[in-house]
Amino acid sequence: MTGSRLTAGGSVRRVSRRLWSLAALPLISIVLALLVGAVVILASQLVLPGRQFDLFLPLTAYAALLQGAVGSFDGIVDTAVSTTPLVLGGLSVALAFKAGLFNIGAQGQFLLGALGSVAMGVTVAGSPSVVAIPLALIAGVLAGALWGFIPGLLKAVSGAHEVVVTIMLNYIAIAVVAGVVGGPLRQQGRPEAITPDVGNAALPLLIGNSGHAGILLALVAVGLVAWLLFRTTLGFEIRTVGANSDAARYAGMRPRFLTILTMSLAGALAGLAGAVVVLGVTHLMTPSFGTTVGFDSIAVALLGRTNPIGIVMAALLFGALRAGAPLMQIEAGIPPELIDVLQAMILLFLVANPVLQRALKLRGVKPGLEITETITKTSGEAVVR
Amino acid sequence: MDALAQTLYGIPIIGLVFQFGGYLVAVVPHIAPGILQAATPIALAALCGVMCERAGVVNIGIEGIMIAAAFVGWYAGVLVGPILGSAAIGPFGMTPALLVALAAALLSGVVISWVHAWLSITVRADQIISGTIINIAAFGLTGYLNNLISKTSPNGAGAFTQFRPPRELVEIPVIGWILDMFLSQGPIAMSVIVIVVIFQVLLFRSRWGLRSRAVGEHPRAAETVGIDVIRVRYRNVLIGGVFAALGGAYLSMEATNSFQQGMTTGRGFIGLAAMIVGRWSPVGAFGAALLFSSSTALGNSIKFSLPEGDLGTILAGLPDQFYDALPYLLTIVILAGVVGRSIAPAADGQPYEREATT
Repeated sequence: MTGSRLTAGGSVRRVSRRLWSLAALPLISIVLALLVGAVVILASQLVLPGRQFDLFLPLTAYAALLQGAVGSFDGIVDTAVSTTPLVLGGLSVALAFKAGLFNIGAQGQFLLGALGSVAMGVTVAGSPSVVAIPLALIAGVLAGALWGFIPGLLKAVSGAHEVVVTIMLNYIAIAVVAGVVGGPLRQQGRPEAITPDVGNAALPLLIGNSGHAGILLALVAVGLVAWLLFRTTLGFEIRTVGANSDAARYAGMRPRFLTILTMSLAGALAGLAGAVVVLGVTHLMTPSFGTTVGFDSIAVALLGRTNPIGIVMAALLFGALRAGAPLMQIEAGIPPELIDVLQAMILLFLVANPVLQRALKLRGVKPGLEITETITKTSGEAVVR
Repeated sequence: MDALAQTLYGIPIIGLVFQFGGYLVAVVPHIAPGILQAATPIALAALCGVMCERAGVVNIGIEGIMIAAAFVGWYAGVLVGPILGSAAIGPFGMTPALLVALAAALLSGVVISWVHAWLSITVRADQIISGTIINIAAFGLTGYLNNLISKTSPNGAGAFTQFRPPRELVEIPVIGWILDMFLSQGPIAMSVIVIVVIFQVLLFRSRWGLRSRAVGEHPRAAETVGIDVIRVRYRNVLIGGVFAALGGAYLSMEATNSFQQGMTTGRGFIGLAAMIVGRWSPVGAFGAALLFSSSTALGNSIKFSLPEGDLGTILAGLPDQFYDALPYLLTIVILAGVVGRSIAPAADGQPYEREATT
């Protein structure tokens, strides 16, 4: 054993070098994205007529962003609350990535999960919480799983590419939510379409004014997914199909079955994200209920290298950005869509990592996106053939 | 004859089918121009897809290119409108401002496509992730700018107007409505048909088309005979960007005269489905786009005036949102039904690496 001969200082250096090799490119990407964001803020002042040019506006904006995200106890709780669905959504996208599937449908699965748990929550609103909360959560998970099952089944049976199908399902989910909230679930005697409150099915508050029990659920889900992926036969099969679907079939695994199962599980996770938001934060739904969770989840999964711990870190980052965005809008007049721009730029720099590595002369650094090679290889007919 | 119809209408399913057929015959001539209009952005997105994927580059950033071009076209109109004035200089209500705005929109499409080309061809990144980045960035940036700009609610440069074909032409029995469909259009919708025909001929009958297809099927073989794979791919992705941008410009400069956040509503993705259903050929993609758009037009028409009989009773029971979801549902159903028999170019989505560079 060489490890026993190493001094404490040596092993610390080794750990920090390993951490650096993992975190270097994500960190550099984040810094570069913030720089691009600053350029966007400055440039947008030039395009807009009749506004005084403020060279320090980016600093004001980022300071407000930071202040809103972590500047106070309530801010930190808000960050934790916005992080929760992103962790679950990120796990959903990452799980599909591991099987070589691209789940752009987290948004639709999120909406269906929210709808399912509201429908159940309203039905059991009067029951004791011990019964009502699990029922509402399960309904949300099942609804999300159904929305993931459909593209999984279509891919396995007909080879329809999950990217197009899940995007179509996102739009259908919007129509379904509008139809159900405006129809069967609509609260009587209200001028606007809105569902009744979920009552006892609401998740209990744990910390602050908004820190609900869903935060714990997300952490449990992280552990479960990590265990599933790295400690079970099923997880091994999922990763094998993602790495090489042909090899997996020759080894006696069933790529079609695994495709359906993985997409359903991914849908279930995104559905849980929707359930947690509805039962923990809003407690009801409007026809236009919508968030950016689904698309943030893709960024979270990629930035977190589809690794459960990495996903928690990435979700914290985007959760903080989303939690700080309102204050940034109030104090600096910067629209919250800047967060989307930052997100896209972080991904851009991650994807362009070979160029970054060469330009910055980084050595011994892991590539930003090792997962990417598997995704496009498993296009439509590969599974069917 | 009437007795026969009555009997047929009496049988549940067959009756519904006959009632639906009758409704189609009655309604389609009236909504035909609307079908082509709704098909225009979808068809242009599909043509962008064909252009890119025939050369082996998957482009799911089409939606993002469209929304960006829609925004740039509209906002360029806002900026140059007051300077260049609004005097029409040609048919279709063409003004200098509109032309400049259209050029700006197309240029934005080329620029964004260049980013996709760079990421997917030069950097050899995953093409689907590259497209996703373009979508997130385009929606984020346009939303950001629109949020700032809409506070001042500026006026754009207006929109292209439709051509009005002479009445005698439209009133020709049987084929009049078909002429009406193709002639009662603005310049972008009309140009789609021209683009489809030229593109189809060039793709299968010209040197450029042969080279594009070779690069998409077997880049190594193409390189061996002296074709510059990288250059062909770049060129096709950039031209595709012009198509997608034209589709985006259609939304904010011809179909409407303003920009709304997220106004593309998935048309870029439906266009990709149309490309697959149309088996990666321009004419096929255009046909599929017409099929998708006719579902939208028919849905709107049913909302407006219900068909008669049992069919009407059934359709009246469906919520409005069903018709909103119809094009997306139809896309999934057709895609699932057709995709096994529709085969993509062999090198589609695979980055190309020159042997010498490794």
